[in-house]
Formats: sequence, C-alpha cells, structure tokens
Amino acid sequence: MPGDVKVVERPRAESSYVRAAAKGMSITMRHLLSPNKKTQQYPDEKWELAPRTRGTHRMAVHEDGRAKCVACGLCPTVCPVNCIKLVPAEDENGERYAAIYEIDEFRCIFCGYCQEVCPVEAIHLGVHYENAEYSRERWVYDLERLVEQEHDVTALWDPQDPASQ
Amino acid sequence: MNPVTGGAFVLATVGKVMIFFTMLMLAVMLATIFERKVCGFMQDRSGPNRVGPWGLLQVIADGLKNLLKEETMPEQAVRPFFLLAPVLAIVPATILFAVIPFASPLPTQWGLVEMIVADVPIGFLYVLAIGSIGVYGVAMGGWASGSKYSLLGGLRGSAQMVSYEVALALSLVPLILLTGDVRAPEIVSMQQTFTAGPATYSTWFVFPLLVGLFFFFVSGLAETNRLPFDMPEAEAELITGYHTEYSAMKFSMFMIGEFAHVITVAALVTVFFLGGWDIPFWQGDNIRVLSDGTVIGEPTWWKTLLTLGAFGVKTSLLVLVFVWIRWTLPRFRYDQLMDLGWKFMLEAVTVYILVIAFVILGIEAVGIPAGGWYAFVLFLVNLGLAGALFFAMDRGTLIRGGAKGAKSAGGDAAGQGG
Repeated sequence: MPGDVKVVERPRAESSYVRAAAKGMSITMRHLLSPNKKTQQYPDEKWELAPRTRGTHRMAVHEDGRAKCVACGLCPTVCPVNCIKLVPAEDENGERYAAIYEIDEFRCIFCGYCQEVCPVEAIHLGVHYENAEYSRERWVYDLERLVEQEHDVTALWDPQDPASQ
Repeated sequence: MNPVTGGAFVLATVGKVMIFFTMLMLAVMLATIFERKVCGFMQDRSGPNRVGPWGLLQVIADGLKNLLKEETMPEQAVRPFFLLAPVLAIVPATILFAVIPFASPLPTQWGLVEMIVADVPIGFLYVLAIGSIGVYGVAMGGWASGSKYSLLGGLRGSAQMVSYEVALALSLVPLILLTGDVRAPEIVSMQQTFTAGPATYSTWFVFPLLVGLFFFFVSGLAETNRLPFDMPEAEAELITGYHTEYSAMKFSMFMIGEFAHVITVAALVTVFFLGGWDIPFWQGDNIRVLSDGTVIGEPTWWKTLLTLGAFGVKTSLLVLVFVWIRWTLPRFRYDQLMDLGWKFMLEAVTVYILVIAFVILGIEAVGIPAGGWYAFVLFLVNLGLAGALFFAMDRGTLIRGGAKGAKSAGGDAAGQGG
C-alpha cells in the first residue's frame, strides 16, 4: 500500500466481520424469498398519465375533416423555441388556412403556449409520449400527421379545480 | 453383474463423455439465467423475463447474439495467445468434470456402467492439477490483450489463483486422513457406509470435516474468481480485467468457463462433503464397485435416476450459495486478499490438518471403531474449531487494514494480520 493511505483504526471490540456478513446474507436471502418488486412491465403495463400531461401535438379538425387552424400566426410567434413553421394561405371563399404547418417535436419543449394562445382551439398538446423515430426528419410533424393523431388532448385546467387553487 | 469391459467400455465411455458434456453445458446455460434471476430478485427486480417463459430462452438469445457479433482483434494483441486464452479458460473447467461421480452405476445388458467418465486412480489430485491450469487462461488472456487493464487483471488473477491453490489442496488433506483414498467414488461410498458393520445411516463428511468444508469453499470461491474474490475482474477498477479486450464468442467462452468452474466446484463440494449422489436416510443406494470388479448393492436404473436427481439438487443448492455470496458481499481489497490467502488460510489449514491428524490418531488409540461415535468426536472438535475461528474472524483479528501491517515488517502474521 502507498504510504499516504489513511487508515481508520477501529477498536477491536467494535469491529464485526462475520456477524455483519451474516446479516447481509440474511437480508439478501429475505429479498430472494419475498422480493418487493416494483418493476413496471413497460410495454405491457403503462402509466396512467395525468390529464394535464403535455406531450405530442394534435390538430383539431372540423366535422368535414379540415383542420381548424386559421393560420393566424400566434403559435409560431409565442413558441419560445421556434419549432412551429406556418405558411398561411387563403381559399376561394377568403378563409385563411395553413398551407404548411409543421411542428418539430424534437425541438419542442412542450411548454403548451401554442395550445393556450390558439384562438380557435386548433392546436393541442396531447397525453402521449411514445413518439420514437428512426430518423430526425420523421420528428417534424406536418399538418396531415398532426391531424392523424388520435390520443387525448391535454386539459388546460383541472376540471375539479378550474381556478387552479 | 460385472462392470463393462472391452469394446462396450469404450462405447460407454464415449457415450458418457458426450452426455455429460451436454449436461454440463446445459447446466452452464441454466446457471447463467439462474444467477441473473436470483440477483434480480435479491435486488427487488424481475431479472430477464421477456424471452420465453420466465425469460428462460434469454440464454439462447444471448448465445445467438454472441455468435453473430463482430469479433474485435486489438492491434496490440498477440494473436496466437489472444486466441488460445479463451480455450485455456474453458477446457480445464470442463475436463475437471471427468472425475466426478454423478449417480449410482447403471446396469445395462452389456454390464454395469459406472456414472463417472474417468475413475482415475489419482482421484482429486487430478482435480488439483487440472484446476491449476485454469490460471493460464486468465494470465494469458490478460497479457496477450495488449491492454494495461487486462494485464493488471491477469496478473492479479494469476497471483490470486496460485495463492489459493495451496489452501485448496491443503484443505483436502483431512479428507485423505479420514478416508485413506483419493478416488471420488470411494469417497462417496465412504460417506454412505462409514461404519465397520452394515450401514444404517449416511455420514456426510460435512459433519466430521466442517472446518475443512469452510476452507475448501472459500478457496473454491477464490479459484473460480467469484466475488468476494473477483480481483481479476474488478469491473470498478479494471473494466472487467483480463477479458476487457474480448468480444462476442471469445468473451462468451470466458463466461462459460467461469460458470463451468462454479458448477465444478459445487459438484466437488458435493462429492467430498455432502455425500455425492447419496440419498440421505435411505440405504438402498449404497452401491459400490470394488477395484476387482465385484459389486456391492443392487444397482437398478431408477436408482441411477434418483441418485442423479439427488446430486443435481445438492449441486444446485451450492451454486445458489455461490450466487448468494456474490450478490451480498463486497470485494476484498487486493492486499487483504493476499493476506487472507498467505497469512491466514495457509496457516489455519496447516493447523487444522495437524489437529485432525492428532484427533484421528487419538480416536484410533482409544479404540473407537469407524462409525457414528468416530464421526461425532470429530464433529465436536470441528465445532470448537469453527467457533474459535469465527470469533477470531469476527473481531477482525485475522483480516485487518493494510497500511499498518505493511510498514511494520515482520512480526506475528496471525496477530497483526497485515
């Protein structure tokens, strides 16, 4: 041993090797016989997510299947990380719609501002987190894909406590 | 019925080699999943449970993965020795199994087949000799990898295995004193009928040689490089030591070697101290083949199966103890390990041999015949020794911190304990 190792001198009466080892062995055996398992078998069992969980976005649609978005431009403005790309357009009736609407879920911090700011309750965050992809490009959700999402949308407030008290 | 001879003997031996090798490899596979399951449960986890029922097919999945993975060859590695090391790790561990009797002899129409691959006259001396070869796999793997960590692991491993080899061999001397024979089947037979007259009970040598079992088991732990003696691996310090640079199937071979070694040591403890394939409280399995070919007892095929089961149960329980110790006790520091080996185990085993020799001499001088009282006196002596040993060890009289002892050169080894 090198000379500068600090050695703690323990009084002989206080030291216990065999008893301590035996105690450890009894603890492990107790756990072997009646394990106190908390493991969640993830793909088979899933978490009950809270209704206000903020996850993957989802676009609300009208009854005829058109996205509710009116391309007002509030969500890309409020977005703190600039992950929403919006190109507005107007149809023959003079109604605005989003020609391009893309959300980069990779960049998104799921703050929920877009949902709060949306005047027509079109864009929502969702109670959903399993969005793994094989490529980065797949993380950019276009309008079609946002419409296709089927999970529950995030509640903005707790129904039991609307004033958040 | 006489033991098989001639061509039938050769055929029977080849068959036994194949069957026992397959059995050992299956046991190794089960031991790996067993270890992972037990460790999981001890840590309140589930262990592997995704592949097959209770995760049993995980072993096959891992085996396939290891076969298909890329084999890396480090630039600094010395190629021939790098390739040879895994072989040297696996071969001694498996051929050790040749001298272990598994079950009572099996009667066939060509004659009686003994359930042991090679009943060599030198018995467990073969075990000690072949067991020592295992160190070459570790040392060679560590050196040929061309990595500093591997080299350190290999050096530690060889130092440790050579040190504990001594205690391992000496801890079996009391067994020779008691039985007067080194052949494993003879030792099993002695445990079944340790009396002058007809046997009415089994005398497993765990009782008359309790402390010997303790020394053998501790040395066995060190020999197999398992915790608390896994200095060659020491993943926290050496990134698993001697097999750091190995990948895919070569790494797998080291692991198979380790598990085969564990099973072999468990089987050896069973044979030497737990009655081998003897079924307790039943005298029907007292079958013995004398060296001149005469058979005592009535061998039948179902007795062979039953005794094989008894052997399997005992060995599995000992493997459980190995696993249990591994997932409970922390690793020794390296200097403590060497102190324990050279300054304590060696002396203690030597003293133990002397005590047992004198007690046996005394018993025979008094004139107690081989049997219950003979074993009981030895058992009492062992209990006393075990009590003293555990009291001394518990207070840390024998193993203590390193720096102080290292400075004060010389002095009473057992008192200072390094």
